[in-house]
Amino acid sequence: MSDIRVSAWGETELGAVGRVLEVMRAPAAVLSRPADDVDPTDPGTLQLAADLVATMRVSPGCVGLAAPQVSVGRRVFCVDVAAHPRTRTSHGTFVLCNAEVVASTRREKAREGCLSVPDLTGEVKRATRLVVRGQLPGTGEEVVVTTDAFEARALQHEIDHCAGLLFLDRVADAHAIHARKTYLA
Amino acid sequence: MTLHAVTVLGHDRPGIIAETTDRLADLGLNLEDSTMTLLRGHFAMVLVCAGDADAAAIEQALTPLGADGSLTVTVREVPQEEPAPGMGTPWVLSVHGGDRPGIVSGVVAEVARVGGNITDLSTRLAGELYLLVAEFDLPSSADPGALDAAIRAVATSMGVGATLRAAEADEL
Repeated sequence: MSDIRVSAWGETELGAVGRVLEVMRAPAAVLSRPADDVDPTDPGTLQLAADLVATMRVSPGCVGLAAPQVSVGRRVFCVDVAAHPRTRTSHGTFVLCNAEVVASTRREKAREGCLSVPDLTGEVKRATRLVVRGQLPGTGEEVVVTTDAFEARALQHEIDHCAGLLFLDRVADAHAIHARKTYLA
Repeated sequence: MTLHAVTVLGHDRPGIIAETTDRLADLGLNLEDSTMTLLRGHFAMVLVCAGDADAAAIEQALTPLGADGSLTVTVREVPQEEPAPGMGTPWVLSVHGGDRPGIVSGVVAEVARVGGNITDLSTRLAGELYLLVAEFDLPSSADPGALDAAIRAVATSMGVGATLRAAEADEL
């Protein structure tokens, strides 16, 4: 049921017009601090959720954005991997508050980047089968998202942001960091 | 049979590795361990090769590489080293934050203090962001929790963040 509910979710539920916010870059301190829990029914959380979606949409190649990336130390992030070629399961656009990993298996290494670390990419091992629990902004209802492949990677990346961790904190080894070769304009 | 360490450092261009290894192959040398990267855009390669050619012959063979002054080549005979016996446990340390002098020395001093042996290290400066990733072996006598706390304390004092975790190896 939760997966159907998440797939059906849309930002129109927020009742707020999203604003495009500045995306912070490391070494901004806000990116390295664990974020605080939020009240998913608070109007401020709804505005933040709308802002995250709006900012994600205007950022080329962006498939997810967490509140610390826009200088807000709150456990909120949005994800939308629907258009990515490595996606298998996709729940479309959704926002989760206070999300946490419930179960994770089948870890695989892949190279990932981040809007907040624009000049580097790194190989990170992450689970490719994932169960995440969180709350939807607005109603505050708890949902459980079961996913895989690229959406699983994106969710773990965003949950890490909410814990004050960048992919740099999880790179596989000392030679797993690379200068970015291409930039999405 | 002797071992020689060869370093090539300088202006990057296509073909440096091809030319270097071709000249070493002509001498009958077997390329063993090697590593190459770009450091702030500079080509940097170290390799160890085995064979019967002496250092003078290798230097002569590689002289054309540096003839235009854009590359510096060094050749040095090195002894056989036995791989260190597996000691303790492998760990990966990530440190990142605003660039400032002393980040590497401050953090790795804590690793050395408990007998940790760094086996691989890479640093990057990307804009204002400084990043260090190091792998090291920690002796069984060391307390990883205490080392983590010590590294975090040093990192915090320098305004950077540090993450220490066990190096993962999936047994298949």
